[in-house]
Amino acid sequence: MNAETRREAHGTGELVLDVRALPTFAFSHRSLMWWSTAGLMLIEGTVFAIAVMMVFYLRTRAPAWPMAAEPPRLFWGTLNTVVLLASLWPNQLAKNAAERGDRRKAAIWLAVCLGASVIFLVIRGFEFASLNVSWYANAYGSVIWLLLGLHTTHLITDTVDTAVLTVLLFTGPFEGKRLVDVSENALYWYFVVLSWLPIYGVIYWAARL
Amino acid sequence: MSEAPLTDGPHASPEVRDALAKTWSDPPGFIGMLSAVNHKTIARRFIVTTFVFFVLAGLLALAMRTQLARPDQRLIGPNLYNELFTMHGTTMMFLFAVPVMQAVAAYLVPLMIGARSIAFPRMNAYAYWVFLFGGLLLFAALAVNTAPNTGWFSYVPLAGPDYSPNKGTDIWAQMITFTELSGLLEAVVLITTIFKLRAPGMSLNRMPLFVWATLVTQFMVIFAMPAVMLCSTALILDRLVGTHFYNPAKGGDVLLWQHLFWFFGHPEVYLIFIPPLGFISSIIPTFARRPIFGYPAMVLSLIATAFLAFGLWVHHMFATNIPELGKSFFTAASLMIAIPSAIQIFCWIGTLWTGKLNLRVPLLFVLAFFFILVMGGMTGIMVASVPLDLQVHDTYFVVAHLHYVLLGGAVFPLFGAFFYWFPKFAGRLLDERLGKWQFWLFFIGFNVTFFPMHLLGLEGMPRRVWTYPHGMGWDGMNFTATIGAYMIALSVLLFIVNVVKTMRSDERAAADPWGAGTLEWSVPSPPPPHNFDAIPVVHGRDPLWEPSAQPAFVAGLAADAREVLVTSVLDAQPDHRPMFPTPSLWPFASAVATTILFIGSIYTPWAIVWASLPVAVAMIGWFWPSRGENRLAVARERRP
Repeated sequence: MNAETRREAHGTGELVLDVRALPTFAFSHRSLMWWSTAGLMLIEGTVFAIAVMMVFYLRTRAPAWPMAAEPPRLFWGTLNTVVLLASLWPNQLAKNAAERGDRRKAAIWLAVCLGASVIFLVIRGFEFASLNVSWYANAYGSVIWLLLGLHTTHLITDTVDTAVLTVLLFTGPFEGKRLVDVSENALYWYFVVLSWLPIYGVIYWAARL
Repeated sequence: MSEAPLTDGPHASPEVRDALAKTWSDPPGFIGMLSAVNHKTIARRFIVTTFVFFVLAGLLALAMRTQLARPDQRLIGPNLYNELFTMHGTTMMFLFAVPVMQAVAAYLVPLMIGARSIAFPRMNAYAYWVFLFGGLLLFAALAVNTAPNTGWFSYVPLAGPDYSPNKGTDIWAQMITFTELSGLLEAVVLITTIFKLRAPGMSLNRMPLFVWATLVTQFMVIFAMPAVMLCSTALILDRLVGTHFYNPAKGGDVLLWQHLFWFFGHPEVYLIFIPPLGFISSIIPTFARRPIFGYPAMVLSLIATAFLAFGLWVHHMFATNIPELGKSFFTAASLMIAIPSAIQIFCWIGTLWTGKLNLRVPLLFVLAFFFILVMGGMTGIMVASVPLDLQVHDTYFVVAHLHYVLLGGAVFPLFGAFFYWFPKFAGRLLDERLGKWQFWLFFIGFNVTFFPMHLLGLEGMPRRVWTYPHGMGWDGMNFTATIGAYMIALSVLLFIVNVVKTMRSDERAAADPWGAGTLEWSVPSPPPPHNFDAIPVVHGRDPLWEPSAQPAFVAGLAADAREVLVTSVLDAQPDHRPMFPTPSLWPFASAVATTILFIGSIYTPWAIVWASLPVAVAMIGWFWPSRGENRLAVARERRP
């Protein structure tokens, strides 16, 4: 702790808690950004959980599942799962670099992440095409599209966030707390990738059970 | 930056105090008004906006009561009547009751925990603007005669594309998106504020109970509101792009709507009810002149209520074909909520019993809460049991019950809170005599309005009927209820008169006119832009009632920059001192762009694509640092 108790300067002899020596930013749960990111993850995690419950609720009402459709083709979804998981590696390296205070490395690894996100967004397009059902065919199609659409929204927003942050790291104006932003961006990236795994299971594998 | 930076501390020079006030002020002028980020400015607007919606929704109710005063009346036709009760319920629930609690919290919490600002002040401003535009959308729809007319819970299939082909329901569904987005952001703002911006020494077990109530409520918001956003999104998708979530012909299910809506809707009752528990726990100790009895039990009861609130939603669906065992489970869960509620009531009674009562207007409203809420709780026990519920389902009995719970549980304490904290909101004390008139008119008018509705319901009058024939035995009670409604209207008018009169007077309130014990009363009424000249160091639960201990204040935060002290979550140990953002037009611009996207999407799904561009531009503009701010930040920077 850098805050210290000292005598007040005006000669009253009172004690004060002097915080002058405290740092101006901090990582992880010490920072406000961590808490807002955690809040967003809780909200969006709840959204995903409820959407998954919608799938299984509708399934209990259906005579057959998938309704009047083949299950989605596995190839593109599985490929995307591999790409998403692989993107965790540069993501963690960007986080490490930021927490070491290495702006240049953080920028480079963020740029690699950005490359990965372009790839998974393209693949996501093929995923929609391989669902074997349209959203207006029946309730099964509607809810599968909803689930994939929700996750795609996260991929897009995370890509835009990362792109803006990457540009800022390269061009400036730079200050220390941007390193915290990189670290929290990486946390959110983990959320987007890891939340995909149950959704992948529900869309591609539960439809085969 | 100057050689000797201006820093704060106790006994600060006028120079430092002026610097602090200047640093934390919102800019002047029209653009400055749109750029404001000070939590008090935003929260004051937020409170006034929600109150205007409360008055508007009240006027709609008055129109309905006038129509129902006599049998076979033809003042209002059936379709307009449908719009009126839909607008009344929707406005009261989504534009008044939930947001007003967040708005009051956004004003008070930083003052109660010894902070200069709320966390994420720009996001707070954005949440307000989004809320305002959502509310305006709903009333604009009423003005152009396309208001929703399917009830505040908008059940399918009535609200689906087949039975409600007009735009009203789409507007209702998007209004949900606006208000829930705003509510969720406020939740993140308030949770972060409470966890990270408390004054040093204010460990979790020293937090004022209102702050606890707010914290618990915001976590409930986070888990409840996604359900309603998702189900209203699915509804609008069914209506606009031909999905089949709620269409049984294509494998959809109408009960899915009820499950999702009430998974939000029941916790929502507690989003409305728990913050007032915090008001009451603030008002009672002050007017009983002693610390609250049973603080740990109070905190645990709040948390228990929040957990139980998520296990009750099916009791809104007893009249559907869900399994009988499920109904029994939800009856038991519903009855369990009586346990934490009773614990709190016992603690309040204990506090009042052993205190020296000071019977002022805020306490009157709290005492009315006891009476009315207990009545509402009694009928709650009745409708929680399945056989009775099936008898009174969709009758005026339910209308009576929900108004007893919501007005007794929320509106009475809220008026108490307005009287109690008015010095902090506006620097003046509301008139006590007018306040007592308002209170008695409201209390009597309320019971005259809603008590007969219990009997009307038992005699079989269905809710949501636009008129009724003579000879059903309902005439007298309906007429009585209408008289009561006018009494309530008069009491609210008296409150408005009281506020206007008080705002015009020159009499200023002292910092602590009630002799209360929490930190918001240690600063002038109204507080300066920076709230505290020096951040206090907290040594107990009621800092103003306890002998002073040292150190009493923090020193060394910048006076010429928006520097705040961040502390640790559990023990509030000083941790770091980041700079907070300055006023900016971008949150307003982002809210306008968001509004274009949401409203555009009612008319064409492509709006989601093209309108996301201005949203992205505005939000990037919001995030992008200015050179000036950056220079200042780099100069002050100290690495961890």
